[in-house]
Amino acid sequence: MEPILELRNLSFVYSQGTPFEHQALSDVSLSIYPGEYVGMIGHTGSGKSTLIQHLNGLLKPTSGQILLHGRDIWESKESVREAKFHVGLVFQYPEYQLFEETVYKDIAFGPTNMKLDREEIDRRVREAARFVGLKEQYLDKSPFELSGGQKRRVAIAGVIAMEPEVLILDEPTAGLDPAGRDAILANIRDYHQSKGSTIILVSHSMEEVARSVERIVVVNDGKIPLDGTPHDIFSHSQELRSMGLGIPQVTQVFQRLRELGLPIEDDCVYTMDEARNVLLALAEKRGRSAC
Amino acid sequence: MLKDITLGQFFPGDTVVHNLDPRTKIIIVVLYIVALFSAQGAVTYGLMLLFLVTCIRLSKVGAKAILNGMRPVVIILIFTGVLNLFYNTTGDVLVQWWVFTITTGGVRTAFFMVVRILMLISGTFLLTYTTSPIMLTDGIENLLGPLKKLHVPVHELAMMMSIALRFIPTLIEETDKIMSAQKARGADFDSGNLVDKAKALIPLLVPLFVSAFRRADELAVAMECRCYHGGEGRTRLKNLAYAREDYMALGLVVALTVLVMVLAIGFGV
Amino acid sequence: MKQNIIETKDVTFQYPDVPEGSGLVLDGVNLSIEQGSFVAILGHNGSGKSTLAKHMNAILLPNGGTVYVDGMDTADEDHLLDIRRTVGMVFQNPDNQIVANVVEEDVAFAPENLGVPSEEIRQRVDEALKLVGMSKYARHAPHLLSGGQKQRIAIAGVIAMLPRCIVLDEPTAMLDPIGREDVLRTIARLNRERGITVVLITHHMDEAAQADRLVVMDQGKIIADGPPKEVFQQVEELKAVGLTVPETVGLLYQLKQGGVDVPLDALSVEECAQAIYRALA
Repeated sequence: MEPILELRNLSFVYSQGTPFEHQALSDVSLSIYPGEYVGMIGHTGSGKSTLIQHLNGLLKPTSGQILLHGRDIWESKESVREAKFHVGLVFQYPEYQLFEETVYKDIAFGPTNMKLDREEIDRRVREAARFVGLKEQYLDKSPFELSGGQKRRVAIAGVIAMEPEVLILDEPTAGLDPAGRDAILANIRDYHQSKGSTIILVSHSMEEVARSVERIVVVNDGKIPLDGTPHDIFSHSQELRSMGLGIPQVTQVFQRLRELGLPIEDDCVYTMDEARNVLLALAEKRGRSAC
Repeated sequence: MLKDITLGQFFPGDTVVHNLDPRTKIIIVVLYIVALFSAQGAVTYGLMLLFLVTCIRLSKVGAKAILNGMRPVVIILIFTGVLNLFYNTTGDVLVQWWVFTITTGGVRTAFFMVVRILMLISGTFLLTYTTSPIMLTDGIENLLGPLKKLHVPVHELAMMMSIALRFIPTLIEETDKIMSAQKARGADFDSGNLVDKAKALIPLLVPLFVSAFRRADELAVAMECRCYHGGEGRTRLKNLAYAREDYMALGLVVALTVLVMVLAIGFGV
Repeated sequence: MKQNIIETKDVTFQYPDVPEGSGLVLDGVNLSIEQGSFVAILGHNGSGKSTLAKHMNAILLPNGGTVYVDGMDTADEDHLLDIRRTVGMVFQNPDNQIVANVVEEDVAFAPENLGVPSEEIRQRVDEALKLVGMSKYARHAPHLLSGGQKQRIAIAGVIAMLPRCIVLDEPTAMLDPIGREDVLRTIARLNRERGITVVLITHHMDEAAQADRLVVMDQGKIIADGPPKEVFQQVEELKAVGLTVPETVGLLYQLKQGGVDVPLDALSVEECAQAIYRALA
């Protein structure tokens, strides 16, 4: 399959030529395929924020290329602008970017910049609002009247309404309580399933990523040391710890159980459901052999 | 990038320039400005420049930081330069074209004018680079102390200034972030005519103001929680006290100012 | 008997200009916090936990009922400064509580306001920075520090008042895991080594698990109060108010539902693994 987004030997240096010069990315290569749900993890300062700002052309690489459908996004002025419509980026704490008088107008900001016609904008605004679970009656309210969690939804809808092929969300659940967190993650999952678009979820919560994605990209020190399925990634628990990243608690429990001598074939269990099933099966086996 | 703006930033350090009493530095800057405005020709400007360069070297701030700070004023510089170039028509004519005449006098005034502004800004920047805003406002508050008797809210003004300086880098960072976020939604800050550009700023300015007010609100509560109740009964971590260096520096600068004034007014050099 | 540093009696509160019919933000809160204890207050956004925190040092005054700080009524204006120096506050956003451009000058802000002599301010600042492990950043500009470091500076700024209690309102909500851990370790140390009472407002279960006592709030009321191990056993009740339990307890709960006999009070990974091992081996 052809990748939808491809980074080739990307490097980026901040404030080149000043005392603050800092190499944020060094020789990074990465391919993202259509329809994938990718999790990206790394601690603050690992370079992940810099990396995602390259994917839609907000930052220009110091060297290397970013290809969208095989074409360099920096080919022309138009292609850089186009890239922002194909690759939607929801920043951390996106609620702080709201500015319009009504929720409707704010969600319509992106589509309007795309110079779409009125009906198309209307359709997209309503659909995006539905995806993030915003009721119709909110559309005419001022975004500043809403609660924090609702503002966040409006901001996410504002990017979804551009119908990007790739949707990147930087810490979309930061600062939310468990219920708010689960609701947003469920919205994103639904959106992924019904639209089939590519999603990149940036997070520093292993539990959160483990629950949602099918592939994890680990960013550390401006490089990508690990890239694979959650199962692969969580089996590198030592390396992850050395990068300041943890593994889900469930996985830790399983590793310990295996150390204790419980007959678990695969200690790389990372979701609650899987953990329960494995352990209940084990309990059943025990029960039978005891009889 | 916006992050490179250095205006109003403080570079901590441990040099003679850093360690002078802020009041000394403020008085020196005032004297420096007076001397600069009385300077006339190469000799007096040369003396002033020598003084400035010495201070910059002593402070270890680095010429680059000073030059970076100049960027926002480039337009003012060009404007002043060009205006003076054509305004003054004394001396020999160098170029004459249509209604424009450039003379040696014009070149001279334009040159000195630009140098004066550059030196003026460098000097004041050096003050803010080497003096923590709190010390700076302490100094101003102390120097303006006598005005309190006239019911001028000196402490409040000083506090306002120090908070403004504290939040400049935070707001710059925030501006950068909001700008990126709006660009990601297809906002275009660079093209179009002046009206388009002004309109394009709305998605940037509204969130910025909303956030500034939110910050102000939170900061006010945080300050109250730390027992802030105005200037009454406040003490300081570092009490202002003139040391030997301060007297020496002040004496030196007074002498320099007098010398420059004598040379400029008396001899016109 | 140990003395209570904070006591709320039937506290009710509603913000002004709220449309009629919306419930009270605080609806009859009775809570006593013992001197020297480490209490976590847990609740979803809008449960009233932050509003309650702001009552603990007279930033907000109750509409009904009374709040006592070390025996002083918070409504008594004569004691305002005494109340605020007894109970220090740390907020969520580290940027919006740092006043000064240099770390040590920020830490000095509260003692300066209290009129402490200069030499003593110096001592307090050095001591506070040492306690939060930020001594070597004393002369740094705070905006160049990481979120976790800024938050530790904010804590030092409060410590410099020599408070007997610190209330932290979601201090880690904006931090990454490393920053969170640093801040939590600092808080725990203050409690253990200095005997400072800690009230930690949070919606992170793993943070709440570190406290001696857990208070759960919902709709302005206290709905559970006890040691973490006890409170976390009420898995369904917590879920009903929009909270989750740590994965360890969640797993044990699911196993129990599936008929495996495991206890629900194993919070740490080790305890949880041991409990499962005992049940299955």
